[in-house]
Amino acid sequence: MTAVPESPEGAPDASPAARADKSDAGHGRTIFAIWLLLAVVLDPLFILLAGPHLPPGAMTLNARGQQVDLTVITATALPVVLFVWVYFAYALVVWRHRDGEPLTDGPPLRGHFRVQTTWIAVTTVIVLAMFVYGTVELIGPAGAGGGEGPAPIWTPTAKNVLVVQVIAQQWKFTYRYPSFGGFETDQLVLPNDTAIAFHVTSLDVIHSFWAYQLGVKADANPGSDNVAFSTTSAETGAFIVRCSELCGLWHGAMTTSGVVLSKAGFEHWATSTEVKQAVATSYLPKFAWSYTPDANGSDGGYYPDNKDPYSPVETETFGS
Amino acid sequence: MFAVVVGLVVFAAMAFVGSTPPTVDYTQGHQPGQPVNVTLQTVGAIGYGIHPDWVSYLAESPSGQWVHTTLLKLPAHSRINVTIDQYDSGSPLRNQEIGQIEGTVGGVAVINGKATKIINANVGNGVGHTFSVPSLNINVPLLGVNGSASNFCATAAPCGSAAHNVITFSFNTPGPGNYRFQCFVPCGLGYLYGNGGPMSTIGYMGGFLEVSA
Repeated sequence: MTAVPESPEGAPDASPAARADKSDAGHGRTIFAIWLLLAVVLDPLFILLAGPHLPPGAMTLNARGQQVDLTVITATALPVVLFVWVYFAYALVVWRHRDGEPLTDGPPLRGHFRVQTTWIAVTTVIVLAMFVYGTVELIGPAGAGGGEGPAPIWTPTAKNVLVVQVIAQQWKFTYRYPSFGGFETDQLVLPNDTAIAFHVTSLDVIHSFWAYQLGVKADANPGSDNVAFSTTSAETGAFIVRCSELCGLWHGAMTTSGVVLSKAGFEHWATSTEVKQAVATSYLPKFAWSYTPDANGSDGGYYPDNKDPYSPVETETFGS
Repeated sequence: MFAVVVGLVVFAAMAFVGSTPPTVDYTQGHQPGQPVNVTLQTVGAIGYGIHPDWVSYLAESPSGQWVHTTLLKLPAHSRINVTIDQYDSGSPLRNQEIGQIEGTVGGVAVINGKATKIINANVGNGVGHTFSVPSLNINVPLLGVNGSASNFCATAAPCGSAAHNVITFSFNTPGPGNYRFQCFVPCGLGYLYGNGGPMSTIGYMGGFLEVSA
């Protein structure tokens, strides 16, 4: 590194001539050294201290995976941000204009093969790495909590999967549990340590089922069965459910909460609710993967009409 | 002259867009611990105003006047006794799950004198509307009236002695806050999936319970 001549008072001489004494490569090495030091210290600190607390938490495997993704993305971006900040700070301190200095134009930029090549190579590597990482993470576990349509490509490896049908309508969510007689409720209750298959559909316009802490987000389309998988962890507690597709006047209020219970707690809730809801369930139509209500309003009822209550898109019924 | 015309048009547009229905205040003179009686009615067509053919709620003020509004001011931590005169016809529900009475005192509503926990909307006159306050988990389906009844309310609201069902129930208000209430039956006929028009308009089938201390 080129030595910087000092002023008579001992402070670095910041005159244009003195600064010009330091080569571009010298400035570059200084900037790189400062950046490297900060990045080596701050990046691990961020991963260790902030990583475990990043959203959406670890309530499900999907959520945990998204938390790791967010940690990786942020840890990758942090050095880039640090580099920009270091560069700006260095420029402000070293190259800023001082009082009394003449205003002079800098040397013309005519390209720099090594810098340009390095820039293209580094950014290409970063982008390709993120592409590969993102694609791999999208696949596992089981589609990463996104809606996969009626025929999911990525399915959980667990033997027992609890099916929960999510029915969106303006402006609330209701849930059917086909494993428990097909009762329907506006409470979303799940067991911990269990693979869940959310079958998401709508009775009217397009909604989107977004259980943020579960790492699940799937569009709710009328007449369609959109399947999203999630595997709850040992953690129990409440989570928020929101509609994330603008669906009308009360879209902003289409928010509710759900809860993850212990397996025994869930079993008790589900069996007691099945009994409690027996009469209400008997008034419901037979469980189907999707429903096509009449678009003209209340005249249509839940299903097209009482003569042909099921949609042509129905693919199978509970128990079949 | 041009500026004056533009100004008047903008003023009229702003007045139209910004207009809100009145609030019926049930807190005036309310003594702590005393219940509040609220009487509402649902009609198939309001019969006047800019949307005379829209279905709507009306609220009876403490002085006995019917007001076209869905903004109700209620005291906090009080028991609210609600009576709804339901004049509109019904149909099967799009989702029978909302045929259940929830969130009321005792989990029931009294419909034409009979305590009821659930209405099977697939039979009879079905359900016309619901009184639902999602954040308070209140849902009361309102039994439909026979649309072919000779005394079916076809005139302007309020409907008075025309054919109707009387639904009564009680609930307790929580602390202060604004709690939306709405009908969950897609009764906006002629609008996509029945949820536009009156269903999406404050003063008709959507409104707020303004609960104050």
